[in-house]
Amino acid sequence: MSTATILHLPNQATATIPKKNYITAEHGLLSWLLTGDHKRIAMLYLISITFFFFIGGAFAGLIRLELLTPQPDLVSSDTYNKFFTMHGIIMIFLFLVPSVPATLGNFLIPVMLGAKDLAFPKINLLSWYLYMTAGVVVLTSLVMGGVDTGWTFTTPLSTHYLNTNVMTTAVGVFIAGFSSIFTGLNFIVTIHRMRAPGMTWFRMPLFVWSNYAASILMVLGTPVLAIALVLVALERTLGIGVFDPTKGGDPLLFQHLFWFYSHPAVYIMILPGMGVISEVISTFSRKRVFGYTAVAFSSVAIALFGFFVWAHHMFIMGVSNYSALVFSLLTMLVAVPSAIKIFNWAFTLQKGSLTFETPMLYAFGFMGLFTIGGLTGVFLGSLGMDIHLTETYFIVAHFHFVMVGGMLMAFLAGVHFWWPKMTGRMYPEGLSKLAAVVTFIGFNLTFLPQFILGYLGMPRRYHAYPQEFQVLNVLSTAGATVLGVGYMLPMIYLAWSLKYGAIAGNNPWQATGLEWQIQSPPLTENFPITPIMDHEAYDYEWLAHKMEQEGNDVG
Amino acid sequence: MANTVATTHPEVAHHAHDEHVVLPQHRHHFETEEQQREAGSFGMWLFLLTEIMFFGGLFFAYLLYRNWYYPAFAVASNQLNVPEGAINTAVLISSGFCMALGVWAAEVKKKGFLVLMLVLTTFFGLVFLGIKADEYHEKYEKHHIPGASFSTAMFTHPADFGIKEEPIAPDMAEHTQLFFFLYFAMTGMHAFHMVLGIGILFWLTWRAHKGEFSEGYVAPIENFGLYWHFVDIVWLFLFPLLYLINRHPLH
Amino acid sequence: MHISPVLWQFLVKWLHASALFPAEASTIAPWMDALYFFLLAMTVLGVILVGALLAAFSIMYRKEKNPVATHIEGSTLLEATWTIIPLAIFLVCFVWGALLYFRIYNPPVNAMNIYVVGKQWMWKAEHPGGQHEINALHVPTGKPVQLTMISQDVFHSFSIPDFRVKREVIPGRYSTVWFEATTPGTYHIFCTQYCGTQHSGMIGEVTVLTPDDYEKWTKESTSGMSLAQNGERLFASMGCNSCHSGTAAARGPNLAGVYGSKLTLTSGSQVLVNDAYLRDAILNPSQHVTAGFAPIMPTYQGQISEDGLIDLVEFIKTMPNNYRVQQTLMTSQSDQTAPAASGMVK
Repeated sequence: MSTATILHLPNQATATIPKKNYITAEHGLLSWLLTGDHKRIAMLYLISITFFFFIGGAFAGLIRLELLTPQPDLVSSDTYNKFFTMHGIIMIFLFLVPSVPATLGNFLIPVMLGAKDLAFPKINLLSWYLYMTAGVVVLTSLVMGGVDTGWTFTTPLSTHYLNTNVMTTAVGVFIAGFSSIFTGLNFIVTIHRMRAPGMTWFRMPLFVWSNYAASILMVLGTPVLAIALVLVALERTLGIGVFDPTKGGDPLLFQHLFWFYSHPAVYIMILPGMGVISEVISTFSRKRVFGYTAVAFSSVAIALFGFFVWAHHMFIMGVSNYSALVFSLLTMLVAVPSAIKIFNWAFTLQKGSLTFETPMLYAFGFMGLFTIGGLTGVFLGSLGMDIHLTETYFIVAHFHFVMVGGMLMAFLAGVHFWWPKMTGRMYPEGLSKLAAVVTFIGFNLTFLPQFILGYLGMPRRYHAYPQEFQVLNVLSTAGATVLGVGYMLPMIYLAWSLKYGAIAGNNPWQATGLEWQIQSPPLTENFPITPIMDHEAYDYEWLAHKMEQEGNDVG
Repeated sequence: MANTVATTHPEVAHHAHDEHVVLPQHRHHFETEEQQREAGSFGMWLFLLTEIMFFGGLFFAYLLYRNWYYPAFAVASNQLNVPEGAINTAVLISSGFCMALGVWAAEVKKKGFLVLMLVLTTFFGLVFLGIKADEYHEKYEKHHIPGASFSTAMFTHPADFGIKEEPIAPDMAEHTQLFFFLYFAMTGMHAFHMVLGIGILFWLTWRAHKGEFSEGYVAPIENFGLYWHFVDIVWLFLFPLLYLINRHPLH
Repeated sequence: MHISPVLWQFLVKWLHASALFPAEASTIAPWMDALYFFLLAMTVLGVILVGALLAAFSIMYRKEKNPVATHIEGSTLLEATWTIIPLAIFLVCFVWGALLYFRIYNPPVNAMNIYVVGKQWMWKAEHPGGQHEINALHVPTGKPVQLTMISQDVFHSFSIPDFRVKREVIPGRYSTVWFEATTPGTYHIFCTQYCGTQHSGMIGEVTVLTPDDYEKWTKESTSGMSLAQNGERLFASMGCNSCHSGTAAARGPNLAGVYGSKLTLTSGSQVLVNDAYLRDAILNPSQHVTAGFAPIMPTYQGQISEDGLIDLVEFIKTMPNNYRVQQTLMTSQSDQTAPAASGMVK
């Protein structure tokens, strides 16, 4: 790894954080809790999702701890079932879905577009309150004893055969869904209506394109989850039989409604992360993203195709052979735009001028791990292969590769990349590189063995397992420990950097993008005067020209 | 809308804009009032799109079970009160008409007429809910509310109740409960949206009375109008699907 | 397989011995493994390709080596290449996978049938000859076996990894899967759909026996009545006899020989009478009225268990035959196909 860096900080002896910025604009708790400022809301989200991440992570730790031994000896089966249910619900609905959109998206989209705020600041705040309410409700359910339906709420188990806190949790997820819908709605209107003069669609950063695509999914898909949960709640309380075969209902109806949202949900989770990768790869290659148009259209293509593949979660459940064919074919088609993006990012590196700061390391990690995760998705989209692999640890490995190896790495890349912009301070580069490497190693050790376990046939959601699977499980738990350390480190040094980090200045990465042309941290209104976009996205010549003209940038 | 959120700038200066006078309700993150209005409208359309997806799940369940259990759905539907449903349809259309007139009134700055239209819209909405409540009550009395008290007797032995229908077999009759479940879920969800709408109408009427919408600031009225019309349209689908499955005009 | 069989066997056996790969114990397993190795190769190549690109570009264009970046907009040729080639590969995966899927879920005509009922938290296997097993399944080598499965409560999923077969076991409808075992031994049965507290306890063992050993086992483990005999008993005790008496003036249609035939319903539509149809007709008779008969059959929903339904279905299947003779001599060969002649049932 080279020691060269693109980092360009102001003279630390004389630099200071700008006195007037969105953090110092007003004081007091209420000014934060009643804010309309998208940047403050983003920070509120950042703190809350980090909190829930660690709770979800704690459950993961408990799961892996139990799976060290083949016997069900750490906790009772009911408790274990609650562990993986709560882990899934918290990680998906309270961490992954809001992660990039609600933190980075909220903070950056208006700035990247040259706007002063999102279209509906109050609805943005409402989104956060809905999120917090959802979190409180889920925590309440946890405290009241938890729920053990699995995050998939499969009927008739969830409607007729469990007496845990299904209703409470369903309400929590329902509310979280509305938080997501309002965020997506806000983004779509903002992107359509609030671009600065000269900011055409094809001059927008690819981060915006990705969040736009994800927002379409949020807005159109989440309501179907909402109605599915309403029906589960009604079935549980009134026992009508809408999902009960003895009363003429069909449990597969729930599956269709649930997966109609939950498949697009995975694209809601990954697309914003892909947007981050575009920004990071461009900046640390000093080059426009290769095939900008292809990457932009691929994002939208993933969103569109993503609506038509849901039944690939149901291949062995008794859907007709012919519908299985259709869904398998569409699944293969939806894999292609992701492949296009990976190659475009890789070729962005060609003839660039590369440096390997922490965001770039995370981006590289993303590329490798998402490739594995995505290609193992093709295994599962292939009908015959899915018969053997579905419902096993192969699936668990697959989705952790794309969600954790992919999305979480992208999230961390973004947090590190924009940390100086959001806080005005730099994080410590040496320690962050270490964390990135530790995370990568820990991740692979945790989840690669699970592919093997899956092919061997170890089912998922198993509390106990046959003896011969133990070695692989122990490896996986060992990896999880390393991974946990890797995730703790950023918590510590990012918090440290708030007080002791170097002053970042406007544009420490010498990046293009409107957000880097304003102070760090930004003013509340972002831009003192409305910018006019007269150049393409990722125009490094324009940047070089501008920096020549301005001389040194001062904090 | 009244600005309750802390901002960094006091609501002071009006910059000079080309054609329009800046309204006091202008939000500072918008460049022009035009932009604000268009954004609001777009946002409301998007929200209605999410509502379509939400109701869509129920419509899908309805489609499936009506296809599977047509005989049960047909006889159960015949137990709904078509006159009341038809009156309700007319009531809602009137309500929508009044709302549309109200939007016009706001645009031409006729405060009194606007308030009157809002009041009428609310009135018709309440009439609708009242008739709905009566219908629900009737269901209660006939033991057609799904759950423990549900009875299929009217469908297996219609002659005993003076109903001119063919009896259906007991196993098919069980599925009438599914119909009524969907009936209550769909009309209930619709009524819930109406209740929310009426709540907002009270608020808007009061603000209109204070003159907030007759000086050129019409976005809340317009956007609420969109919402109200949407609720109207949902009913226009619900009525034939639920009430008119098997009706013969010449009977 | 098409690559050297020696190499294949070596690879699979070595991997299996290292506890890294399941045994290949059914006829379909090598086909599944072939597709798996193809997909694995695709993935490894894909990762190597992406990794190589990243590594090569990182070295060649690191800042020290290349201080000034060159603006490149894109390349339509490259875009086309990395769209079409992955698409082509994925389509191969699609076709191959689809063929395999149809193979696994379409049983051959001569498969012997075993019923499996899943319930929280155990598997009950019921052989037509009356052998009942809990969390166990005995099958012979060299003969296709079809499992007809249903759940008594929630979703389960029946999986035998070493056979590479798995199917969801659903309440309210039958699902089937078939396999032909090749190697004697014992193999895992797992429930792979989360079904509540004891989900991980819902496991068992498939015991594969040579045909001779299997004969012996069937004779030794007959636990009383065959399914069809039990079904006959139920047929009488639940009053089915009174309408389906087989006489000319009976209120219900004659059921002898109905299994496997095409039936015309009062609605005019034609249906194939199979297990699922019979089960549905018992539970929802008003939607399954044979043409020429009145819709007077009561429903038995809630009055009969899935086991009972299986017994009745078996009985109806074997109605015209002298099933007692068949059962004592040839239980392992109860046939799927319908008998040709319909006769009067006494």
